[in-house]
Amino acid sequence: MSATRVRGRRASSSKAAAPAKKPRLSRLGRWIDSRVGGARIGRGFLHKVFPNHWSFLLGEVALYSFIVLVVTGIYLTLFFDANTDPAVYDGSYAPLHGQTMSSAYKSTIELSFDVKAGLLVRQIHHWAALIFLGAIVVHLMRVFFTGAFRRPREVNWVIGCTLFLLALVNGFAGYSLLDDQLSGTGLRIAYSVMIAVPVAGPFLASVVFGGNFPGTDIIPRLFVIHILVVPVAIAVIVSVHLAILVKHKHAHFPGNGARDDNVVGERLWPTYTFKAAGLLFLVAAVEGLLGGIAQINPIWLYGPFRAENVSSASQPDWYMGWLEGGLRLFPNWETRIGWFTIPNQFYSGVLLGGITFTLMFAWPWIEARISGDRDEHHVLDRPRDKPRRTATGVGALAFFTVLGFAGSDDVLAVAFGLSVNALVWTFRVAIFVVPAIAALTAYRICQELQRRDGPVVDPAADDVSTDVDEPDDDDLGQEPAPTGAISRSP
Amino acid sequence: MSPSPRAPGHPAGGTRRTGGEGLPAVAFVLGIVGAVAFVAVYVTGANTQLLGVSLCITMGGIGVGMVAWAKRFMTPPHPEVEARGRIESTEEEIQAFHDDFNVGEYELQRRGLLTKLMFGAIAAMGLAAIVPFVSLGPAPGADFKRTKWRNGKRLVTGDGQPVKADAVNTDGVITVFPEGDAGDEFAQTLLIGLQPGRFTPVAGREAWTPNNLGAFSKICTHVGCPVGLYEAASGQLLCPCHQSTFDVYRACEPVFGPASTPLPQLPLGIDGEGYVIALGDFSSPPGPGFWDQRRPDTAPEGER
Repeated sequence: MSATRVRGRRASSSKAAAPAKKPRLSRLGRWIDSRVGGARIGRGFLHKVFPNHWSFLLGEVALYSFIVLVVTGIYLTLFFDANTDPAVYDGSYAPLHGQTMSSAYKSTIELSFDVKAGLLVRQIHHWAALIFLGAIVVHLMRVFFTGAFRRPREVNWVIGCTLFLLALVNGFAGYSLLDDQLSGTGLRIAYSVMIAVPVAGPFLASVVFGGNFPGTDIIPRLFVIHILVVPVAIAVIVSVHLAILVKHKHAHFPGNGARDDNVVGERLWPTYTFKAAGLLFLVAAVEGLLGGIAQINPIWLYGPFRAENVSSASQPDWYMGWLEGGLRLFPNWETRIGWFTIPNQFYSGVLLGGITFTLMFAWPWIEARISGDRDEHHVLDRPRDKPRRTATGVGALAFFTVLGFAGSDDVLAVAFGLSVNALVWTFRVAIFVVPAIAALTAYRICQELQRRDGPVVDPAADDVSTDVDEPDDDDLGQEPAPTGAISRSP
Repeated sequence: MSPSPRAPGHPAGGTRRTGGEGLPAVAFVLGIVGAVAFVAVYVTGANTQLLGVSLCITMGGIGVGMVAWAKRFMTPPHPEVEARGRIESTEEEIQAFHDDFNVGEYELQRRGLLTKLMFGAIAAMGLAAIVPFVSLGPAPGADFKRTKWRNGKRLVTGDGQPVKADAVNTDGVITVFPEGDAGDEFAQTLLIGLQPGRFTPVAGREAWTPNNLGAFSKICTHVGCPVGLYEAASGQLLCPCHQSTFDVYRACEPVFGPASTPLPQLPLGIDGEGYVIALGDFSSPPGPGFWDQRRPDTAPEGER
């Protein structure tokens, strides 16, 4: 009864609104269509089908965090003073009263304490950056473990890795802007790694810093990089990333009739649009809540940067932890040929980062070479069906996780009452042992899961079998397909 | 929801659910309430925590409302299927493209010299356009290796006070700079009160530690953090960044962690008024290594 009433009320209200609203909207639509066209193409977009799986939302979380970063970032630029001119603090945070500090640091302290909602927006910005990087990494893992980087998506894999690299750079540039003691320490390390590049290093560092460390140029330069150069690059490259996604149409998991020549899911309008827009608001809501109640980067506790000061337990943001770990774990080796030196931090800083990203960018071609599979794929792999790839990925993750923990070895030593030196040696062993064990374990788990599945036909492997549904999980009741070898492993 | 067939493939009216608007409706109401609360909190003192909570309520309400609406009323019972279409062009399309492209390509091939000159000019212009980036920083010169320490310069604290030789206690440590350059990053130095008889000097530097005072660069030779922690009992300096450890009593040789070279030593003397002075620059260029840090021709005097 109440339902009928609701329906009746709605019908009448929409009837009343319809004559007033509809022609106006359609007149605007017609105006646009008669100038630039688009109704035909637009209709095609409304019909576009997106596959539905929670793991396909990870890239969206990154995208929406980027939107939050742009919006909050624009607000912050209106208050932040990106220069190192000395100034005396006289704001409402008493412990820093009378101290001389750079204008960058001072304006950030004022933004945090004396601008209404300033601290909220600053903390939302920082949390959104942490989540942005996190979502990118987990999205990258999803793409890796499901084989979504295979032809025709190699280009989008490379673009995605570029975005990851840019996000990493911009995260570091962002927290280095504030000229607090912690970020100054991070910049000192970045400078030292830069000069380690053979022959070009000192020149490179001089060009970036405008001379020797610290100088007065790096803060304004980082500001331009952080708010203009990299964000514009990210925005442009994300657009290409999405345009290629639209061109390819999103990959999908086996089941529900998914094949390499179709796409199964929900239409863009209205289902997917509402879910995606809803997710945008939910991501922003979580970041807004964190920005309000979870303190992040309290630079007033770190103090202004002074070159001769340093704090124990200095920790970078999480996504830099693996690089920090590399610097800590690498033995005290350097190469000397006469006076020519390849210093220690070239290996642990430049090479570690360089090799990591080179392998990451090249992975689609590395795997295609090993597996010999150069076919077009639109149906995703389940990780268990590609044990060697899955083991490789799990091993790599374990490697970077160990590095990340090694980057916190001093904090761990204090927390658990251990010797730092013993921990360093433990990590030096663990960096080899843990990835190997993790990879082997992952390989065996994949095999075991495959065995429990029973023989199945890989629909991607055989077009005739496309109507056979893949089991969704450990479905022991699945009737075994007679001819099916387990899917091709790389 | 609305009477017009918004969602293609939507179940027909008979099976359309009519209940279930409650959750999205409540969520959207929360979206409005949260927005009002946000403004109210802002006006009444702008408490950061309450701002965050109200922001979360307004945006979370909208988000939950939209997702719940989509899940309840916009999701067809069966998934939609769309043909993926072909990515590659057909052979005919490729051939047609080729033919059209060849019209111009033929011209380029026919006038090979012009083609080479044009691309050469563009490449030259591109290289020239890079040159202004050199303005961003000076070429690394002598100040990459030389600090501001000079023979006769007094050691001063961070606030510019000169240090008397008897002002440093045994096992005491202070950070010092060359007089006139307090706070200079590259010249930062640790002045340490050494335990008598324990220090083993490097050959040729026996006179560098008058009054049991030793001075070493404070910049870690690993990646340049200040070596800020001194454990007097063991005589070890520890860098808090990456745990490089230096043995002060063996002239700051690295004994643990990633640093591979000792902290450079500063030759010390005591002037007529009892103040500690430097007798020259460090024993070697301070700071992390780079490719020609040890090249002798540009190294400061006092290089080993």
